[in-house]
Amino acid sequence: MADTFLDPLPWLIILPLAWASLAFLVGEGRGGRLAVAGLAVQLALALILAVQVMAQGARVHAVGGWGASLGIDLLADGLSVAMLLLTQAVALPLAVYARAYFSEVAQTTFWPLAGFLLAALNALFLSADLFNLYVTLELLSLAAVGLVAMSGKPAQVDAALRYLLVSLTASGAYLMGVALIYGAYGTVSLAGLAPLVGADPPLITQLAAGLMLAGLLAKTALFPFHFWLPAAHGGAPAPVSALLSALVVKATFYMVLRLALGPFAALADDAAPLLGALGAAAILWGSWRALTTHHIKMLVAWSTVAQLGYLFLLFPLLEPGGAALRAGVMQAFAHGLAKAAMFAAAGVLMLSTGRDTLEGLAGVAGRVPVTLFAFALAGVTLMGLPPSGGFLAKWLLIEAALEQGQWGWVVVVIGGGLLAAAYVFKVLRQAFLLAPASAHFHRVPRAMEWSAFLLAAASVLIGLRATEGVALLGVEFGP
Amino acid sequence: MTPGLLYALTGIALFALGLAGVILLRQTLRRILAFNLMGSGAFLVLVGLAQRGGVVDPVPQAMVLTGIVVAVASTALALALARRLAEDGHEDG
Repeated sequence: MADTFLDPLPWLIILPLAWASLAFLVGEGRGGRLAVAGLAVQLALALILAVQVMAQGARVHAVGGWGASLGIDLLADGLSVAMLLLTQAVALPLAVYARAYFSEVAQTTFWPLAGFLLAALNALFLSADLFNLYVTLELLSLAAVGLVAMSGKPAQVDAALRYLLVSLTASGAYLMGVALIYGAYGTVSLAGLAPLVGADPPLITQLAAGLMLAGLLAKTALFPFHFWLPAAHGGAPAPVSALLSALVVKATFYMVLRLALGPFAALADDAAPLLGALGAAAILWGSWRALTTHHIKMLVAWSTVAQLGYLFLLFPLLEPGGAALRAGVMQAFAHGLAKAAMFAAAGVLMLSTGRDTLEGLAGVAGRVPVTLFAFALAGVTLMGLPPSGGFLAKWLLIEAALEQGQWGWVVVVIGGGLLAAAYVFKVLRQAFLLAPASAHFHRVPRAMEWSAFLLAAASVLIGLRATEGVALLGVEFGP
Repeated sequence: MTPGLLYALTGIALFALGLAGVILLRQTLRRILAFNLMGSGAFLVLVGLAQRGGVVDPVPQAMVLTGIVVAVASTALALALARRLAEDGHEDG
């Protein structure tokens, strides 16, 4: 009994729910300190869980003692614990950042919504069946849409409604897939489905998998489903953009990966060339748009479209024990940390200059040097320069591509890195220009600058802790 | 044709109608209704396909109940956002 009570698995979901609800009760704009404390405990729990899983192997927790099928099982294996670690590691510095940010900019419901968002994310990464994934995905979208609409500005409400409708349609398609799967096999358990689906699935399974994949890709904003992302991510307040770009889009990527590794392994080979091609198109189109935009947060948002493409390059190269899976997870980590840092830095730059355009950045280098350094470090990760996590991810991708003789992907990976360099340097160049005499700079809280820097530094240094990551990913759930 | 299969086929038809509606319609309110149609279709398939040999399976019923709660919450949020837009004079339908 005591063991069940102390198991970190359920607490990773209960804690954010608890501080979110408390933040809602204490009233508008408050609850930030509570959130930071809660997130610090969550990060510690995720680390404890990682150590436990590496020592004792993957494990299942039956919520409330009620197992599947009417109860809910939580499953922690290497992949889910890695994603949990990423979530808490990004959210904690962002919470420190958001406390300072919202002392400058008025807000109403950031903390409750952020807490519900994180609870949904943690629950999603721990889900062991297709239907629980659906429910957590919906919770995640509802919280994310609320965050986008939070400011109440018409443009933001419009972006939120658009995001919500895409999201609802996408999860409708996913739910239809789940219904067909349950009708065909009588179970939605990920582990239970894998042997049932087998090597040559019937038409109904292919249809279900297609519907689920289409829904998940739309939610991940993979090219050509990226149309809703720049408006939703680029317009929201900086801490919100950071949460959405760093974590929320990774949730549906995680689901695609989970399904491709688990129940739909037989179908993954058929979909892989398409996923890779869409990923390549996303890298080129997203980078190009980032290069040609004039708004700093739009640039970062389009860069997310591009970086998501790298995640999908792993599918044509996916093979058991190969480098591609490690590349994908490393890219998720590197991009998560770097993009959180970049949006956080963009928020500081915009508060400091009072403008949201690239032209307005002239002269910030002398005003907020720490932030600019953070932006550049995050850029190093996105470009894929050593020793950053982005470098390691791209290196592993190239290694996997060369091993399997698929040369084309190497060109895309390197080309995308060059384009990333181009749009990052575009920002830096502007920042180092002399400020016009009319420019007026505002003071920005130091906590914002340093939390952005911490995230950026982590995205570079993560490349040095890759050995532990590989060991963790090796922990698979077996019967 | 068993009743279960009939439910499932109706569900697929509803889902297709709803999906077409969400994609093709322009007015926000109609798109929200179309999304609800999609959801109802998926629920019918879930309950219908799972009826084997006249035995009622409780698991999909529990899922549909959960799904309905999710759909109600989503619809409420969508309506609230649409109303907010309409009040700001950005109504498109």
